[in-house]
Amino acid sequence: MAAPTAPTALDRGPAPVRKPAAARGGRRRPRLAAWIFAGPAAALFALFFAYPLGASLLQSFTSEDAGTTRWVGLDQYRRMFDDPAFLKSLFNTGVILAIQVPVMIGLGLALAVLLNQSWLRFRGTWRAVYFLPAVTTLVAYAVVFQVLLKTDGGLVNQILGALGAGPVDWLNSPTWARVSLIASLTWRWTGYNAVILLAGLQAIGKEQYEAASIDGAGTVTTYLRVILPQLRPVVLFCVITSTIGTLQLFDENYVLTRGGPDDATLTPVVYLYKVGFQQLDFGYAAAIAWVVVALIAAISALQYLVFGRERRR
Amino acid sequence: MTPLTPAPARVHPARRAGRCLVRLLLALGAVVSLVPFLWMAIAATHSTPELFRSPPPFLPGGRLLDNLVRLQDTIGFGRVLLNSVGIAVVHTALSSLISAMCGYGLAKYRFRGRGLLLGAVLMTMMIPFQVLLVPLFQMMASVGWIDSYQAVILPFLANSFGILLMRQGFVDFPDELLESARVDGSGELRTFYQVVLPCVRPQLGALVIFTFMTQWNSFIWPLLMLNTEDKYTVPVALNTLTGLSRVDYSGLMLGSLLATLPLMALFLFFQRQFVAGLLGGAVKG
Repeated sequence: MAAPTAPTALDRGPAPVRKPAAARGGRRRPRLAAWIFAGPAAALFALFFAYPLGASLLQSFTSEDAGTTRWVGLDQYRRMFDDPAFLKSLFNTGVILAIQVPVMIGLGLALAVLLNQSWLRFRGTWRAVYFLPAVTTLVAYAVVFQVLLKTDGGLVNQILGALGAGPVDWLNSPTWARVSLIASLTWRWTGYNAVILLAGLQAIGKEQYEAASIDGAGTVTTYLRVILPQLRPVVLFCVITSTIGTLQLFDENYVLTRGGPDDATLTPVVYLYKVGFQQLDFGYAAAIAWVVVALIAAISALQYLVFGRERRR
Repeated sequence: MTPLTPAPARVHPARRAGRCLVRLLLALGAVVSLVPFLWMAIAATHSTPELFRSPPPFLPGGRLLDNLVRLQDTIGFGRVLLNSVGIAVVHTALSSLISAMCGYGLAKYRFRGRGLLLGAVLMTMMIPFQVLLVPLFQMMASVGWIDSYQAVILPFLANSFGILLMRQGFVDFPDELLESARVDGSGELRTFYQVVLPCVRPQLGALVIFTFMTQWNSFIWPLLMLNTEDKYTVPVALNTLTGLSRVDYSGLMLGSLLATLPLMALFLFFQRQFVAGLLGGAVKG
């Protein structure tokens, strides 16, 4: 609000001419009302978001020895370069980004296309079934996967045994623990992405399918050549949210494997949690947190640039 | 093919085979999606040794009551369930109200600091909340709130996703109606509760369900804040069972089932609002 005589407190619409009643009693009232509405949330953000955020940034330049806090400049950030656990957590994130995200988005897309068939009945029920994993309580998710993947007697190994394959040490061997994490992440989030992609498909006009069909294109050609290219923004949305989710990954690997074995499923956020709350090395934990923030910002910006260029074309 | 399908006779055999294939693939996916839940339900009715015997049980057993009694004895499940419900209800009510009001303020008023607030809302969505964990923990410790319910509830009451969702709902509300309510002498707050809020019921429904689910599932923050057993929420209490040397898997499966069932019911009952809310925040523009 630059000028004090700005005529309207409303966001949209021209409304330059105020009605007399509003002008008399209520010219200042809407502005006060705005703060009654937005105030509580703003105060909560200031107290529980802005303040701790600033505190954590300051903390990342400090170190605590025997109860005294010392300013150490960029030392905490330098530590990360030769911290094998941190580097491994970055590597693990890279593996998940390279394997799990494409597999999940691909499967989600396939599911969305199957669910989008016009003749399919009970679509709502199918959708609910696929979405259910995403609404499971985290601890329940961890428990059920631990039981399913238990080395001796777990259901998965029993089925493998019946097929003649040896028992696999799903959660205790570094390689298989990674496989388990990727599989369980995919189980939990594929349906969620499929539901979003399905909504994107349904927003594409029916006449597009009909036009392609009149032009002699089969179902497969129609999807590959006509429909999927239009779905690009929604696919990109899913890719970006999944990428951010992977960079922030904590819940699944914390409850499934606590980041182990041998740090094979360690992610930066699980690591910062361990550094902060188990080793009580608050300064280092804060520095790791800010590197994660920077990574998310950088990758989001990159994807946004690519996205932006696609749009302009 | 049932008679409900229009003109079933015209479906070409090749196309029919294609449809069968689609159904088969969908069914396969559904099995993968549902097996963990079914296994959870079956496992909740068996003892732990029965779970891992060969072949595994495929039908419900008779230990459901045993498991329930044991769960009550070890973690006081009844009390813990009550804590979870109480925290989730209070948090959902307050958070939905605060988010709806903030969304309305952002959608319908211009005021100093509006841009800053909107920026903060967007920023909270970018920053992993674990960044805040240590400072928030220290804040709570310094005011002596560790092991209190307000420490669990307060920090996450202002919910960015909810604010944006509600703002989106309010933006389309016609300004003329607000203006005429003003002319009629209705106060801004009264207009909000009596005129505007009833018009965004779908978004509000989605927000309430989302918030409840998030709080019900919330794990790390309550784990850090609560340290007396009779204050635990369900996820925190179940987590204490996983660290033992001989893990009570069947008890855990029953506890997990009981923690998941309310969410599943809520989701299935309000599926439409839920998906609409999800997309309101996701696919737009």
